[in-house]
Amino acid sequence: MRLALRHVFVLVVCAFAVFPILFVFSAAINPLGTLASTDLLPTGASLGNFADLFTSDRYPFARWFLNSTFIALSSSFASLLLSMFAAYAFSRMRFRGRRVGLLALLLIQMFPQFLAIVTIFMIFTRVTELYPAFGFNTVWGLMLLYLGGALGVNTWLMKGFLDTVPKELDEAATVDGATHAQIFWRVIMPLVTPILAVTALLAFIGTMSEFIMANVFLRDPESKTLAVGMYGMIAGDQRNANFGMFAAATLLTAVPTVGVFLWLQKYIVSGLTAGAVKG
Amino acid sequence: MTLDVREAPGAHAPPRPRREITTAFLVSRIAVLAVAAALLVYAAPPLVAAGSWPALVILGGATAVIAYLYLTRRFIPAKYLIPGTLFLIAFQVFPVLYTVSTAFTNFGDGHRGDKTAAITAIETGSVRQAPGSPEYNLTSALKGDKLVFLLVDPETKQVQSGDPAGLAPVTGAQVGVTGKVLRAPGFTVLTAPQAAARAQQIAALAVPTRGGLIKANGLSRAVEGRAALVYDARCDCVQGEGDRWTADEGQGYFVNAKGAHLAQGWQVNVGFANFARVLTNPTISGYFIGVFGWNVVFALASVASTFALGMAVALALHHPRMRGTHAYRIALILPYAMPAFAMLLVWRDMFNRDFGLINQLFGLDVDWMGQPSTARLAVILVNLWLGFPYMFLVTTGALQAIPRELTEAAAIDGATPWHGFRRVTLPLLLVALTPLLISSFAFNFNNFNAIALTSEGGPFPAESPQVGATDLLITYTFRLAFGTYGAQFGFAASISVFIFAIVALISAVAFRRTRKQEEVYA
Repeated sequence: MRLALRHVFVLVVCAFAVFPILFVFSAAINPLGTLASTDLLPTGASLGNFADLFTSDRYPFARWFLNSTFIALSSSFASLLLSMFAAYAFSRMRFRGRRVGLLALLLIQMFPQFLAIVTIFMIFTRVTELYPAFGFNTVWGLMLLYLGGALGVNTWLMKGFLDTVPKELDEAATVDGATHAQIFWRVIMPLVTPILAVTALLAFIGTMSEFIMANVFLRDPESKTLAVGMYGMIAGDQRNANFGMFAAATLLTAVPTVGVFLWLQKYIVSGLTAGAVKG
Repeated sequence: MTLDVREAPGAHAPPRPRREITTAFLVSRIAVLAVAAALLVYAAPPLVAAGSWPALVILGGATAVIAYLYLTRRFIPAKYLIPGTLFLIAFQVFPVLYTVSTAFTNFGDGHRGDKTAAITAIETGSVRQAPGSPEYNLTSALKGDKLVFLLVDPETKQVQSGDPAGLAPVTGAQVGVTGKVLRAPGFTVLTAPQAAARAQQIAALAVPTRGGLIKANGLSRAVEGRAALVYDARCDCVQGEGDRWTADEGQGYFVNAKGAHLAQGWQVNVGFANFARVLTNPTISGYFIGVFGWNVVFALASVASTFALGMAVALALHHPRMRGTHAYRIALILPYAMPAFAMLLVWRDMFNRDFGLINQLFGLDVDWMGQPSTARLAVILVNLWLGFPYMFLVTTGALQAIPRELTEAAAIDGATPWHGFRRVTLPLLLVALTPLLISSFAFNFNNFNAIALTSEGGPFPAESPQVGATDLLITYTFRLAFGTYGAQFGFAASISVFIFAIVALISAVAFRRTRKQEEVYA
């Protein structure tokens, strides 16, 4: 009886979780492709919206997809490495300014960074003049910008996890003559795979959804990311007409995220809490 | 206190024997030098060409420091901290500091440049063709990559080139029958479509002459005119059109006797005026307090609802005889895997009055985004949908770390399940999850996307279209800074400083209470 109640409750929550996704799915395979004609349950099945997406002249979707996946993969990998380096130093070494550094990281994170967008715009106006390869409308410039936030987001989480890895391990390695670099790559890195997986996933999801910075930064249709491009797809008076294409694009956007998620799945739950339960 | 072997090797241990030089050591050092050199070779020439010497000095200094840092055996922590810190300084710390300094100025529309730029804009903007002044046939051309005018006097057929520095005679130019220059040595003549593409630049170019200025009139004619408004350095004022505007350094405007000012101003330091405006201007401080109140409610409601729902489901699934947990878990995590920005836009459309899914499903006719209370309910509901899977995930993990014996012991001692949860499970969960709850609060406090992509801050009351019912401080500030009412960067920056102070204060108090920062001091 009680177990049945549990099932009912969980089923209700599952329905809540799933129904918007079902709606998106039904819009994506809706042959009419408009918002007004879409119901919760599919009224027809057609892959027309997907086909439109890849043949459209106005919306180079495949290009956006590549841009987004590339930026998200490479910037989350790079930011992972940068914050792992910093977390190693903060967790294992004692140096002047350590406490101040940790607190400063926490504080800087709390400043609404995108309000600095005017300044960032001015910086990159100059960069575009000097180094066009890293300027506006380039994935490389946007990636540099994202790396600016690398330390703040993940260093604390990783440091918390590193603190739980026994120090005796690297002390033993030191006694055996290992250098700090060898300890980092051979001892620490293999031990922190769960937390690496979690931060990688969080960074990947965050970058895929990042909208404000990218919207200012990428103006050229060919250089846009999914978030910027898809927002333009249902902006203004195209909101109703393009909804089917938008829904199809949403489903496709979820594919890389789900892929990364499945790939890292076995580490996720243990990693998320290991970072939190550090006591 | 634990003894750290790296802490002070000189004091506790005999000096370490010098390590022999291995291949890995050599290769890594050569790699570092190569990267530093490549950076210098790539980045230096454009700086030299642009003549920005301070930037060049900074670049050289930074490269030298990096090369030294990775070649020496000392400063081990710095080797690990520098890469991330460089990006942090360039793209976060510097912009933040600059924004804070902007908060003390009136930077914004009408106050973008310095005073000289404002004077130039006023003078060239007021150029009128003087009666009987010469008119030229205009050909636009490039000299190098700079735009210049090639001016042909229709009577003497004499050709001159004009740029912001002044007029210069051109020899050897070939002039066509229409009076346009066909080709001239040293210049690249623009074709009509090319010139049309640069129409804005052409309209902005002003060539100074003895009596006034030559400006383009369309793309093929140029006229000499006089500035109706002229700056006079002796009185530090602008005169003309029978009036006189005196520079007011406090406002950054030229002001006349009646108190009216010219449109173009310049950037001045206004001290704490922006901050004072937030606190004392009755309309703005009224907005500010209202928006702040809703902002706190939104952040608290988001954290509380996502945590409550996520934890409830996790607890429901956390039962030894529960079946199908794997399938349930996948369904529950699905919202987390969908792209958040797209789902926010989908939710916006589901709340649409006319063809939205919510009204259709429940047979309602509610204008969700049209009334303050339903709009607020809607954005919190959307945020609940987006946020609860994360809370479900972390609670599931934390629950597994709590030994079952504890709740079983409580049950044997006669505690009801509710008591067991309230007194045993919940406190243990909170110990583990409080840091996450605090950071979730800080995140939702500034959750720009959740508002900007759904309600866009609306609904807006008819009498004050600047602030909507669901506006967070951050969306309100964004509208101030980039909105349709003209950019007010200085003022927006001062509100960002307030937001920063509020979030930092709340988080600091929360962290202190949970003593989660202890390990910082370890």
